[in-house]
Amino acid sequence: MAEVLVLVDHTDGAVKKTSAELLTIARRIGTPSAVFIGSQVEAARPRLAQFGAEKVYVIDNADVADYLVAPLAEALEAVVKQAGDVAAILVPTSGTNKEAAARLAVKLESGLITDAQDVQAGDDGIVVTQTAFAGGYTLQGVVTQGTPIITVKPNTTPPQASQAGAQVVPVELTVSDTAKGAKITEVQEKKKSGRPELTEAAIVVSGGRGTGGDFSPVEGFADALGAAVGASRAAVDAGWYPHSNQVGQTGKQVSPQLYVACGISGAIQHRAGMQTSKTIVAVNKDEEAPIFELVDFGIVGDLFNVLPQATEAVKQAKS
Amino acid sequence: MNIVVCVKYVPDAQSDRTFSDDHTTDRTNVDGLLSELDEYAVEEALKLVEAGEGEVTVLTVGPEVAVEAVKKALKMGAHKGVHVCDDAIHGSDAGATSLVLAKAVEKIGKPDLVLTGLASTDGTMSVVPAMLAERLGLPQVTQVSELSVADGSVKGRRDTDIASETVEASLPALVGVTDQINEPRYPSLKGIMAAKKKPVETWSLSDLGLDAAQVGFEGSWTKVVDVTQRPAREKGEVQPDEGDGGTKLVEFLNKSKLV
Repeated sequence: MAEVLVLVDHTDGAVKKTSAELLTIARRIGTPSAVFIGSQVEAARPRLAQFGAEKVYVIDNADVADYLVAPLAEALEAVVKQAGDVAAILVPTSGTNKEAAARLAVKLESGLITDAQDVQAGDDGIVVTQTAFAGGYTLQGVVTQGTPIITVKPNTTPPQASQAGAQVVPVELTVSDTAKGAKITEVQEKKKSGRPELTEAAIVVSGGRGTGGDFSPVEGFADALGAAVGASRAAVDAGWYPHSNQVGQTGKQVSPQLYVACGISGAIQHRAGMQTSKTIVAVNKDEEAPIFELVDFGIVGDLFNVLPQATEAVKQAKS
Repeated sequence: MNIVVCVKYVPDAQSDRTFSDDHTTDRTNVDGLLSELDEYAVEEALKLVEAGEGEVTVLTVGPEVAVEAVKKALKMGAHKGVHVCDDAIHGSDAGATSLVLAKAVEKIGKPDLVLTGLASTDGTMSVVPAMLAERLGLPQVTQVSELSVADGSVKGRRDTDIASETVEASLPALVGVTDQINEPRYPSLKGIMAAKKKPVETWSLSDLGLDAAQVGFEGSWTKVVDVTQRPAREKGEVQPDEGDGGTKLVEFLNKSKLV
């Protein structure tokens, strides 16, 4: 069977859940091979083996981290050339990965489909499912030329273990001068919140205009549930919460098991980021808020009363 | 400094967006407008030119009605427009669209900057800027929320989930901006009047030296094979808070095995 390349998402060799998800998907359409960029492949190998990577292609070249996007595309191209028979390239959806996939698509003259919710082997090739127009439509697409390049959203497939060899295959990379056009001259790491990552979390609790800038009840409830914290565009624009936590069309698209919208009216911009969540719950003072049209359960009330009470109830249930 | 801003005419997200029978986004029977995220690119281009000198050219690819996106940018203050319009382009995916844009940028001349927004509000892929940079062989400084241009180089701040990065490149470059970068202006009455006299060129594929087989359905490397409207979510129970709203909420979560 042809190889399916999976770009590994990791921090210093600690493999993220999305990589396990993508390796699981890869097994449906071919033989999974991981693509590891960085120097700590030994730390990553056990997890990659556990989820079925037969091979682990490794590119350890500082240029990939030092210059924006273009070298990553060249790295992926180098792996594709070395691997030979590649059925598809799966990449976890993120800002940088999507852009690298875009450049790779032009290099390989191959079709690119982004933000996949599902990837399946069909009779005539790989079929990719996406949503469109703020979750209002489901699309099925195929790649008609070249090697399918697919960026897959996190949280779409439960990871299933399947032990494999994870044989390390080093790949040489010389980054072209053209790809070194945009240099990353400074990196300021953000303070870690200690909470799960927004796009990977099973539960997301989000706050909006109704918080009035005080996110403590939202954070309190999120922490009781072990959830990630999100924010509406209104809250981010007001400077109440960082943009990296924004859920919506111009922020993150999340599909957790449970989404709790607190003081969020539910404008189309927000719905585009959370409408595919499995269960939606809302707390809002305004019973006319459009968010209530989407909910599985809603409370019309003040989040400053409802959330602390709910937080206590969760804590009691857990103790 | 001469800047080309790439913009898209999209269906209004507030209206009922839909697909045509051939699975393309319906851009003609639905209220449309300049993609909101492209306004930030237009604004940034205007600010850069106003701080120095040069011209802002607005470029779009799309059906006849798409010229409205160009006109909006001209009302905001851009100097001239280019509209690539050809029936054969209908059905182009991101890759084919980036090819048309690349050829058009080359024909406009050698701009110092090619500016784009973060993503279109209809396709939302956020990949055309990177494809365009690849095709034009330009340094890519995208998804930036802060931008400065000085002494022939560009510097931007790009925020990821884990870090805030400073990215630097020499001109010419392709720059993509987020909605965090500025506050787009509303067209002034003067701007609206002035826009009427601003030139908008309409180019066909042959003007760009492209063949119909390189674009549209035929020239695209992906195909949408099925489109279905998702059933609206069924509205669940909504209760007023009578002092026990939090408890009831958690009861629901327990019942649904979510806690």
